[in-house]
Amino acid sequence: MDITFQQVVFFVVSLLMVAGAVAAVTARRILRAVTALLVVLFGTAAFYFMLGYTFLGTVQITVYAGGIVILYVFSILLTRSELSVRARLSKSKLVAVLVTSLTGLALVLWLLFTAGFSMTALPEGYELSPQLIGEALVGPGKYQFVLPFEVISVLLLACIIGAVMIARKR
Amino acid sequence: MDWMTDYYSVAPLLSKVHETLRTAMGEKATLALEGVALVIGLILVYAVLAIVLIYMERRVCAAFQCRIGPNRVGGKGGLLQVPADVVKILTKEIIRLNRADHLLYELAPFFVIAGSFISFACLPWHKGAPLLDYEVGIMLVLAASGLGVLGILMAGWSSNSKYAVIGAMRSGAMMISYELSMGIVVIAVVALSGTMSISGIVESQEHLWNLFRGHILTVIAFFIYLISGNAEANRGPFDLAEAEQELTAGYHTEYSGMHFGFFYLAEYLNLFITAGISTTLFLGGWMPLHIPGLESLNMVLDAIPGVIWFVGKTFAVVFLLMWIRWSFPRLRIDQVQTLEWKYLMPLSLVLMMATVVCKVYGWVF
Repeated sequence: MDITFQQVVFFVVSLLMVAGAVAAVTARRILRAVTALLVVLFGTAAFYFMLGYTFLGTVQITVYAGGIVILYVFSILLTRSELSVRARLSKSKLVAVLVTSLTGLALVLWLLFTAGFSMTALPEGYELSPQLIGEALVGPGKYQFVLPFEVISVLLLACIIGAVMIARKR
Repeated sequence: MDWMTDYYSVAPLLSKVHETLRTAMGEKATLALEGVALVIGLILVYAVLAIVLIYMERRVCAAFQCRIGPNRVGGKGGLLQVPADVVKILTKEIIRLNRADHLLYELAPFFVIAGSFISFACLPWHKGAPLLDYEVGIMLVLAASGLGVLGILMAGWSSNSKYAVIGAMRSGAMMISYELSMGIVVIAVVALSGTMSISGIVESQEHLWNLFRGHILTVIAFFIYLISGNAEANRGPFDLAEAEQELTAGYHTEYSGMHFGFFYLAEYLNLFITAGISTTLFLGGWMPLHIPGLESLNMVLDAIPGVIWFVGKTFAVVFLLMWIRWSFPRLRIDQVQTLEWKYLMPLSLVLMMATVVCKVYGWVF
């Protein structure tokens, strides 16, 4: 048995993520559910860091911890939410949920086992440089993504303008 | 000549220690031991720095208010006042609130501490001794501050008290807003230095500090960074979260004992981190002051070790921030938001564009 540090960290983080995911669904109090969700998102960031994709890991922390989760917490604080939610699931709903999640699981497993991931695309311990990522994002060549990048910028701009229009007092 | 300018680098020493340990104990035990030693060392520096900063705050505050400040405990300067306070706070009871969300209530201070600890680990203390040095270093520092906001919001909500909730909302809204101008200014510096890694930013200031490289632009950027950093650390004139007259103590109203101590610790360390990161971005981190053309002066300044440069510059900026805190009255929440959204953010956007244009056309030094 030869376990490397990478594997130890991987299993600890995975366990935490699974526990967080279960807690996010089963927690009675909505803010606790958000906190559990945060654990899952941080676990994902930790995986990116372990893979040497530090840029994506940092983006994961910025966007999710610094953005989306804070947005959730803000909306919970601003709205008058009940301290605890006691939703009772009806039987037909429970069956539907079970079927959907099992189908999802089957789909993910099928993809995992048939995709044929390359394990040696990057050497271990290699950190992808932000310059490479930046050039891939705004370059027009093959395997470069300037068009999606610009389309998303326009979409975000439209979102900002829409938000301003809705929030304007008139 | 390389050995002459490089004699303070601790990298050879560190790798020698690493090699010795590895031959003695093997790869895995060495890594584990080094990790534990590093974390314990960091926690010690963190705690000691907090004590130093709190003492400094009391003396500086007293000086600005024409008082004497702590002068009884531990001899003439009151040097043992803060350690005595630390011992006192350690003995205080941690009160268990009725009808609060206990899990989140007890988790919140750790979120705040963890956020500031990640940023703390990114600081460039000395040449060849980066602790957490990723290619995206400065982005990680910005990302970690999100954790602090989250901890504050959680603390306010889980205390089940309206003062705490209002305080948390105020600081949350303020910190999210000021992260914007801070991030944009950082982008300007990254464009100037051409890298996001902390050690790379320091290395790029070998000939001249960033503060002097971009004409007036970087000087303005430095001040914008200080203002938004002050707001990020929740310190005056942006300490409206804990406006005592209105909200008792803001988001940590209900906390007692060491839980309160954690918030207090994080506040002072955030002050140090703000100063340390602005030192890194604009004043060269551990890099000694170099003036192009005056080679002999540069050699003399190189004789001072990097860690002294870093700590010295950081404490100078800390003093500047304390000076601001004790000189200006507290802003109202609408004034705070006006300052950010109507002045600082547009200004920093223009600044970023101007810096990028200067860099592209090579108009920087």
